[in-house]
Amino acid sequence: MTPAVPPDIDETRGLPAERRAAWALLTPALGAIGLFFALPLLAALLLSLTDFDIYALADPRNARFVGADNYLRLLRDPLFWKVLRNTLVFVLLGVPLTLLLALGGALLVHSRLARMRGLFRTVFFAPVVTTLVAVAVVFRYLYHPRYGLINQMLGVLGLPPIDWLGDPAWATAAITLLAVWRSFGYALVIYVVGLQAIPVALYEAAELDGASPWRMLRHITWPLLGPTTRFVSVLTTVGLFQIFAEPYVMTRGGPLYATTSITLLMYQQGFRWWNLGNAAAIAFVLFALILGATLVQELLQRRRT
Amino acid sequence: MRRPLAFLAVNGALLLLALLTAFPLLWMLSASLMPTGEATALPVRLVPSHPTLEHYETLFTRLDLGRTFRNTLFLASAVTAVSLLCNSMAGYAFAKLRFRGRKRLFALLLATLVVPPQVTVLPLFLEIRALGLVNSFGGVLVAGIATVFGIFLIRQFAQGLPDELLDAARLDGASELQIYWTIVLPLLRPILVTLGVFTFLSAWNDFMWPLIVLTDESKYTLPVALANLSGEHVQDTELMMAGAVVTVLPGLLLFLFLQKQYIEGITLGSVKE
Repeated sequence: MTPAVPPDIDETRGLPAERRAAWALLTPALGAIGLFFALPLLAALLLSLTDFDIYALADPRNARFVGADNYLRLLRDPLFWKVLRNTLVFVLLGVPLTLLLALGGALLVHSRLARMRGLFRTVFFAPVVTTLVAVAVVFRYLYHPRYGLINQMLGVLGLPPIDWLGDPAWATAAITLLAVWRSFGYALVIYVVGLQAIPVALYEAAELDGASPWRMLRHITWPLLGPTTRFVSVLTTVGLFQIFAEPYVMTRGGPLYATTSITLLMYQQGFRWWNLGNAAAIAFVLFALILGATLVQELLQRRRT
Repeated sequence: MRRPLAFLAVNGALLLLALLTAFPLLWMLSASLMPTGEATALPVRLVPSHPTLEHYETLFTRLDLGRTFRNTLFLASAVTAVSLLCNSMAGYAFAKLRFRGRKRLFALLLATLVVPPQVTVLPLFLEIRALGLVNSFGGVLVAGIATVFGIFLIRQFAQGLPDELLDAARLDGASELQIYWTIVLPLLRPILVTLGVFTFLSAWNDFMWPLIVLTDESKYTLPVALANLSGEHVQDTELMMAGAVVTVLPGLLLFLFLQKQYIEGITLGSVKE
């Protein structure tokens, strides 16, 4: 991600007083990051190689080094595979939907014909700043099979009610929908910035050539938004891989583990059953998945351009 | 004839999308004002028959949500103040002061952005347990003292400050720390507001870490308390909606007042090239 660092000619020119001041100013931030991020990061790696559990919590000497056992056990655990699958469904369902809504909304907001753009942008963005736990509580009622307004609206359209959170087949979709609702405004705002950066002259030239709006979208807007799409999709992917509060509040991971995400499993293993060694291994698998997904998207996009 | 049609299509689609987006929040507000039982009565009501504040009263008297509110406000403010100070010091140093290893150190910091918080959360808990900070606000705070994103944002902005100004102050005999405090910090004001809104909102909304650290109900923050209440009071729809309003509204209002700064932060943060 970070290219090879070219030598910084400024670095050697600093006066001693300047260098001392720099380190003085850096110390609080670097100290905090070292103590509360770097140290736990290393400790997490070690933790994932031990059988650290509730007995070790009482006395750390009870923890033993078990090598890759935690990881191997995960690979043999059907529940882990189910949770992995659930999480992938969240991502594969949520990312395209977010991108579609965000791009569609951004095109509308950016359109010359649009009125009250500022107001619309504010409305689309509002869910982003809401508290996830609170809106999960709200959505839980909206999804209620009998009284929930979503099923009431389906009824008006003549459609049968859906047991959104009780039916394993629908629960993942219901939770994804909440996640998308809460985050598409963020992507939308970034898309609007991307659209503003496209020179108007390109469209004017295409219009002179008699290009239809659809062709302009396909051959000017979409390709030029490439970097934006890449950024937004990586951001959305990373967010959905870490989904936690939505299932925690709405379904507790049920029904039948249908909505248990990797992070929820890690939380339960770590902080309910105190299997910290096992939970740390889950966390590292999540890390590897996120890293892998990011790299794959990077490579796919690079090949296309 | 094509223009009016296109105009209608664009604005109609915008209006529809906006209504769908705003609907859950509007319903939350409306249901929170309904008399008990009305939100789950059939046929469905969208507006309260007799608007009432009784659920808010219950929250702040019987359930003592006022204390929870103050906890959240205190924690979010403390995290914001501390992290603005630490991040601005570091961000300025990376932008304007010359020292050996500057670029390499900054690249290393940026590289840590790929690590999801889930990885560090378990040992961090053991660490604050060893420090005796479980069930304390300090335990929640330590995770937010400094952030790489904040340092990055400040550095981006501080690079645009004029060197002449800093050099002139040096010639006048000001010490480096004086320069930071009296010249740089005031100039960083716009970006501090942006980062401040960002930090405050994410601290206000944060769930997993306070959930892990805070074990005593009297210490809970709003999201933790609400998740807890929503288990006990599943049937009390109107009460839960009032709780959701109390949790969501401060952040929403802050965003409405400072949205220009907030959105600026997003666009600044997204230009990573």
